[in-house]
Amino acid sequence: MKTKLSKRILLMAGMIIAALFSGLPILWLLSSSFKSNKNIFSVPPKIVDETFSFDAYIDILTDPEKVRFFINSYVIAAIVVAATLVIALLAAYSFSRFTFRGKKVLNTIIISVQAVPPITLLIPYLVLVVTLKIYDSYLALILTYVVFTLPYAILMLTGYMNTLPKELDEAVLIDGGSRFRALWGVLVPSCVPGLVSVGLYTFFQCWNEYLYALTLTKTNEMRTVPIGIASLMGQYAFEWNQIMAMSILGSLPVIIIVLFFQKYFISGMTAGAVKS
Amino acid sequence: MRLKNIKHNNPVKTPFRRKIQPYIYLSPVMILMSLLLFLPIILVIGYSFYDNVLVTPESNWVGLENYKYVLSDKVFLTSIKNTVVFVVFNVVFHLLIGMTLALMVNVKCFGRKIKAGFRVIYMLPWMFNATVIAILWKLLLNPNGVVNYLLMNFNLVSGPVEWLSERSIVFWVLTFINIWAGYPFYMISILAGLQGISSDLYEAGQIDGASAVQRFFYITLPQLKPILISIAMLDFIWTTQNFSLIWLLTAGGPSHATEMMSTYVYKTAFTSYQYSRASAAAVIILLACVVLAIFYVKNQTKED
Repeated sequence: MKTKLSKRILLMAGMIIAALFSGLPILWLLSSSFKSNKNIFSVPPKIVDETFSFDAYIDILTDPEKVRFFINSYVIAAIVVAATLVIALLAAYSFSRFTFRGKKVLNTIIISVQAVPPITLLIPYLVLVVTLKIYDSYLALILTYVVFTLPYAILMLTGYMNTLPKELDEAVLIDGGSRFRALWGVLVPSCVPGLVSVGLYTFFQCWNEYLYALTLTKTNEMRTVPIGIASLMGQYAFEWNQIMAMSILGSLPVIIIVLFFQKYFISGMTAGAVKS
Repeated sequence: MRLKNIKHNNPVKTPFRRKIQPYIYLSPVMILMSLLLFLPIILVIGYSFYDNVLVTPESNWVGLENYKYVLSDKVFLTSIKNTVVFVVFNVVFHLLIGMTLALMVNVKCFGRKIKAGFRVIYMLPWMFNATVIAILWKLLLNPNGVVNYLLMNFNLVSGPVEWLSERSIVFWVLTFINIWAGYPFYMISILAGLQGISSDLYEAGQIDGASAVQRFFYITLPQLKPILISIAMLDFIWTTQNFSLIWLLTAGGPSHATEMMSTYVYKTAFTSYQYSRASAAAVIILLACVVLAIFYVKNQTKED
């Protein structure tokens, strides 16, 4: 029993050290967002100092230019999630419920395109976007993100639909119902947990995307949160507290997803690697 | 039998219509992917064989000239070396840290709530995107920042260290930051895998008198093998493509000490406007990722 206790203490010590490793930088991020900018590098450093206030957050949320970054990110992510889910559902239905020529090839293509590096497509994308006259618009980013999030969404939803018995939707067809009804009336409601997982993961990817948002947009009216945060770095003489406050605000949706929808999010995130 | 029923109920549907039905459902994906995935790939491969693309209306077929240029450019060769070292260190340490943490929060001797709390803390770096992580570490590693303060306070360094501009260490600083940012994905995936291992195996192992270490090497590791292989391969692909963290922290500098293949392409295209050469470099990255993807696809489809 005694060795067991010492083992437990050792384990707990290890867990705490690891928690400091991952948690302390984040604690510093949070702490700096509540300080006044002149106290950011004050010595000795304090987690909470006498300048504690929400001023940096208020400054961000009352600046229309910065609020615009958030609106852009939310609008783009919402549209992308909806579009990706609908298109992926149709494809998943086809993969899960039909046998057809070329199915295996298509499936392999969809798995492998996930490996195409975004940087490779950047130059032709810029050309296409300029040619289509959608440079510096929502549409440019929406199309890009839908294409980038689709392969994973299709694979996930196909996997999810495969776990649902075929009898479920075939019953509708036997009763003379259309395939449309079988899909939207019966299959989709049964797919909700899978849709939530995929939707959250799609949101996560759009929300965090940097390279294309940087390249395909130009004006502050169209830029998203990651670009907005990065642009704060050069713009003024480093308003560190505001940068940190904006980072927290910009990470809030993901933090909420991870904390409250952990189960769905994790299954969406790991399903690619962890096959049942 | 069911097929006959359907046919009977929908006499207007010709066999041809039924045959093309799956393709109709797939058409939005096929159209989008053809236009925005395959067409761009073809375009970039095309650009890589011409000179002066996009900057002048006149560009000529130059064959492999751009590839020859890029592959003999010292900066690009440095970026390949940096990328390989960066990726290997990241994958190895992600695996080690992810495995350790997953095993720690999976032990039976602490309560559920304690373990859930630690798990959330360990997941923290994952909740912040590359921009936030880059800026946070710029703050922490600032010459006047808290890291230097602590190290100087404990007499570990004599003066403030320029973590992000000192040529001899910056690459390793970047590697460390990316390791810190990326291990949670491993931890979560390995944890999901651990929870899928039947407890019968461990009981059998215990009855046979296997020690904890033996149980890890003979039960846990072999059971996790497929998961470990797929997450490591995904990580290989992702880290090879990593751009934003490096771009925001060092932009490949100082004097190419942290130049990666991705930052090389970006700079060649958007600061030197050498789109032809950038395309050639971009195609080389694509080829590297295709090779990695072939292994990944083989692994993912062999069990289906």
